[in-house]
Amino acid sequence: MGCDGRGFVMSLVFHNLTVGYDRHPAVHHLCGTLKDNSLTAIIGPNGGGKSTLLKAIVGLLKPLSGHIQKTGRCQVAYLPQVTEIDRSFPVSVFDTVLLGFWPVCGLWRGITRHQRHEALQALEAVGMESFAARPISALSSGQFQRVLFARLMVQNADVFLLDEPFAAIDSRTTVDLMQVLINWHQQGKTVVAVVHDLPQVKALFPEVLLLARECIAWGPTPAVMTEDNLRKADGLARQWHDHGEVCAA
Amino acid sequence: MSLYTILIAPFAEYGFMTKALLGCILLSLSSAPLGVLLMLRQMSLMGDAMAHAVLPGVAVGFLLGGASLPLMSLGGFVAGVMIAVLVGLATRSTTLKEDANLAAFYLMALSLGVLLISLKGNTVDLMHLLFGSVLAVDDASLRLMAGVSSFTLITFALFYRALLTEAFDPVFLRSVCNRSGVFHLLFLVLVVVNLVASFQALGTLMAVGLMMLPAVASRFWAQGFAPMMLVAAGFGLFASTAGLLLSYHINVPSGPAIILSAGVIYLISLLFGRFGSVRARYFPFKHLNQ
Repeated sequence: MGCDGRGFVMSLVFHNLTVGYDRHPAVHHLCGTLKDNSLTAIIGPNGGGKSTLLKAIVGLLKPLSGHIQKTGRCQVAYLPQVTEIDRSFPVSVFDTVLLGFWPVCGLWRGITRHQRHEALQALEAVGMESFAARPISALSSGQFQRVLFARLMVQNADVFLLDEPFAAIDSRTTVDLMQVLINWHQQGKTVVAVVHDLPQVKALFPEVLLLARECIAWGPTPAVMTEDNLRKADGLARQWHDHGEVCAA
Repeated sequence: MSLYTILIAPFAEYGFMTKALLGCILLSLSSAPLGVLLMLRQMSLMGDAMAHAVLPGVAVGFLLGGASLPLMSLGGFVAGVMIAVLVGLATRSTTLKEDANLAAFYLMALSLGVLLISLKGNTVDLMHLLFGSVLAVDDASLRLMAGVSSFTLITFALFYRALLTEAFDPVFLRSVCNRSGVFHLLFLVLVVVNLVASFQALGTLMAVGLMMLPAVASRFWAQGFAPMMLVAAGFGLFASTAGLLLSYHINVPSGPAIILSAGVIYLISLLFGRFGSVRARYFPFKHLNQ
């Protein structure tokens, strides 16, 4: 099931994509296709461009060169890394989830009873329904992450991009939220998550993109997560800590 | 001395007091809720900086037309928006953070403003622009305040969702809406027009006081966004009335009296407020048994 009602299969194609900040590319000359209905983990060393790539897909960062081709209508939902949200902000858990309807409601359209119901269901799915009326300041970081997942659910997107969704979260919450990812995948959505827990990646993600500024490998998990590839990524990381060089390509 | 002579008579019997009160009501209704938004965005000091930023524009207006309200207001508006946009550009195209750029720009603006005024005016003019004179509010400035206040409240009503979301989770808004930058700019424009409207009454330095002090105090009494704005507006109204009465009865400058009244409200809230105050922290109500 693609996201385009006319039967085209949605995909994101990277054409020689380079993204970065101020002459320092974090992602170098990336080519490839993010397939429809894939569940992909992005792994790689710190500073390897994982977050940068997600930001480029969302449109928060403009590519330095190359481009991202989006075929089909694809709504993207994005969960940033350690969100910059001020949790003392006076807003309730329920209202936070309702924000997820922005793509449908925009500036002025009211929230329907059906949407309220949907938001409550999303909270129920992440085990936070009894917190709906509480202010977000009353939540722990793990609980707040669950609420943000509920917001992602109601966004009803075609592509979910999650930047380290399980960082600083206890193992029970991780298991619960991972199940949410798997459900999205089973519903035919495309899911991409930056993950650091390699055993988890091996067990649960069918596809992996190993990124160390350049793409080391991209494909089915067993083919990508080889000793060789991981060592190569590590080696590259050590190199760029020592010196940055002008890109020849 | 009856309550009437203390509380009502000054406003009923003197036209300048009536106008001053009306002006303060208008400013409180729009500035204080806007201050809540500034506070929630952790930009409480930004209002202060923007208040300085309008000065060179006001000064240019003053140089061109003397103490003409329309020219000075227009100048202030242009200067304020220009500084806001320049700070935004500088922040986006360099590695420096927004607050650092803002500090640099407002300091330059303040100095430039003082320098320009001294070219033609004297210290009295300068004091007037910096500290205002709420008792000299005339019909023209009342109309400006009424216009700005209405504009602010209508904009709030129309773009409530966007302004709130942009303050709460700007990254989310950018990911679902490609015009989110417009709302940031709209918000800055609101701040600038409110400061411009109140500089005549309170001066550029104190305009921000009526914006921020009631807003900051409201945080201790309300938990939702809308209640906070209502409480802030109420505190603004109370502080302006108290300040004007104080200045009338004990013959002190009205601008500082208003801001200090708001300051007293803030201090009382800080100590005894319902949420997060000193009282709430050290002498909490009994906790829920669950």
